[in-house]
Amino acid sequence: MKIQRIGALVNKELVKIIREPAQLFLIILFPLILTLAFGVSFGGTQSVSYQIGVVNLNSGAVFSQWADFLIGNLTSVRILKVRLYEANETAQADLIEGKIQGVLIIPKNFGQSCVSYWLSAHQSLWVKTDLQLYLDSGSMFATQAIPPIVQQALVWTVLGANTTFISLPVTIANPSTVASKNFTTFDFMAPGIFTFAMTFLIMTISQSFTSERQQGLLRRINTTPTSSTELMLGQAISNMLTAVLQGVLLLAMAFALGFHPAADLPGLILAFVILMIFSLCCVGFGLITAAISKSPEVATGVAFVFIIPLMFLGTYVTDILPQTAKAFSILVPSYHATEVLTSLLLRGAPILSQTVLSSGAILVTYSLLIFIVGIALFNRFGWS
Amino acid sequence: MQSIVIDGLAKKYENVTAVDGLSLQVEYGELFGLLGPNGAGKTTTINVLCGLLDPTKGSVQVGGHDITKEPTNVKEIIGVCPQETAIYTYLTGMENVQFFGNLHAMSPDNLRKRSRDLLERLGLLEDANRSAGKYSGGMRRRLNIAIALVHDPQIVFLDEPTVGMDVQSRHAVWDFIRQLKTRGKTVVLTTHYMEEAEELCDRVGIIDHGKLIALDAPRNLNSRFKTRDLEELFIKLTGRRIRSEA
Repeated sequence: MKIQRIGALVNKELVKIIREPAQLFLIILFPLILTLAFGVSFGGTQSVSYQIGVVNLNSGAVFSQWADFLIGNLTSVRILKVRLYEANETAQADLIEGKIQGVLIIPKNFGQSCVSYWLSAHQSLWVKTDLQLYLDSGSMFATQAIPPIVQQALVWTVLGANTTFISLPVTIANPSTVASKNFTTFDFMAPGIFTFAMTFLIMTISQSFTSERQQGLLRRINTTPTSSTELMLGQAISNMLTAVLQGVLLLAMAFALGFHPAADLPGLILAFVILMIFSLCCVGFGLITAAISKSPEVATGVAFVFIIPLMFLGTYVTDILPQTAKAFSILVPSYHATEVLTSLLLRGAPILSQTVLSSGAILVTYSLLIFIVGIALFNRFGWS
Repeated sequence: MQSIVIDGLAKKYENVTAVDGLSLQVEYGELFGLLGPNGAGKTTTINVLCGLLDPTKGSVQVGGHDITKEPTNVKEIIGVCPQETAIYTYLTGMENVQFFGNLHAMSPDNLRKRSRDLLERLGLLEDANRSAGKYSGGMRRRLNIAIALVHDPQIVFLDEPTVGMDVQSRHAVWDFIRQLKTRGKTVVLTTHYMEEAEELCDRVGIIDHGKLIALDAPRNLNSRFKTRDLEELFIKLTGRRIRSEA
């Protein structure tokens, strides 16, 4: 294997992005326009707010202060206007009439559940309970925005407030600064937009390979000592660099439109690593597409077989899907990429937090698997 | 010394036999012509010699290396100019040549010097920094040749290198091919232009339906079969014109 060959292949691919108008549009301009459009429409300094009804069944029960902390944390998020209800039926009636966009039911044993978390490190001893959340399916943005906020408020409640009430040898940061964050709909969409933009690499990679095959360029490369491994590495590296470039540009554009990532430097670096790993997955899908497509025109169509599920099940549109469709989200790599990016950039999760590690590990596994399958299929069917 | 040794080569695609029991040898420094109408098996033979296709039967040695066992060694010493103009249209002429030079792992100094020299000799130096996509058909074909020769290969395969060229460009390419021979290169040229083969080749092998039907110097063949030129010879051997199937 020669670095010189891989370098030449990488350089050629990067030059292509700049000089081929179609590539430049799909990889750079289209994502920028998309980010700009969403940023202008749903971002900026004007914040939106959603009405959410809360039915506190924990009220009057043991450890009922935990439910109060949760309600307090929800109220402190400016994007939410919390309205308390005595009964679920009244809240549901208001939800159906569109007076509120969501209903959160705090169960009777919520306080017990929170306390059990702190009393034992063993999950088997925890009192498990579910917060029930009903959302207005007609409000696309409420369905996207409310669940992560409730999730975040829950985290603040269970982890953040405890230091003042229970003496533990663990120091937990005071969440007051986080509580003042002013989210916009665009903030919730941005990580998914970054992932979505990258899925178009599938199309450009498959078009590139099928076009080079049609023009006899792959055969020509095959008459040189260049190995298949060098060719694939050239593709992988050039697309990883493209992913970083795309990420920097999109993040800069999003930042200018009011998206301020909550991640620290390690978090930001990890976000770019995640984009690079996801680009490897897109190279794999691109190779599979090229292997089964006879021409660039066919490849363009076939690429959507992969792009559409990746987009609907794993990017900024996923939250508007019905629950049954959402259940399939974990099957697509883009979901895990978006999940990690959201945790890092929106929630400011530490790089070693559980979501980041678990979704990151799944993404790495998916990406390597798809990349290897792509190489195998392309080597078998793609060269001629 | 034999540069290329083909022994009983056969290549079949499902029910079609493209090359059928071909055996021949090419000497080092020889300019050898592989002639025949379209579909005769010339390009298939070249593709096997370059390692692009595996033979169904028989053996092939190029530069002393078995093509099926040591394809990388073969690819290091050969230069291939394919029939289609396989160039990157978004790269400049110079970038195209240098890209393929890098794939052959040439040293930067040598690559710079060699690519400049080649483009100059093929009349492309003035346009070297223009996008190859803006080249005329003739310029693209000359660039196609330059790419094949950038790493100064010992053995050169030129597959129909002058197809579609005007007379002037064709003669310029002929001169260039002659220079390769004077520099001791082994050149295997496929063409269905009989006058091109007569003009350039030391020996020719005529293929029809995948079989070798004649092999010798053009003059010897014309003398043996009492024909004026290779075109007439082909008609005599096959009963049809070489370009009628083209």
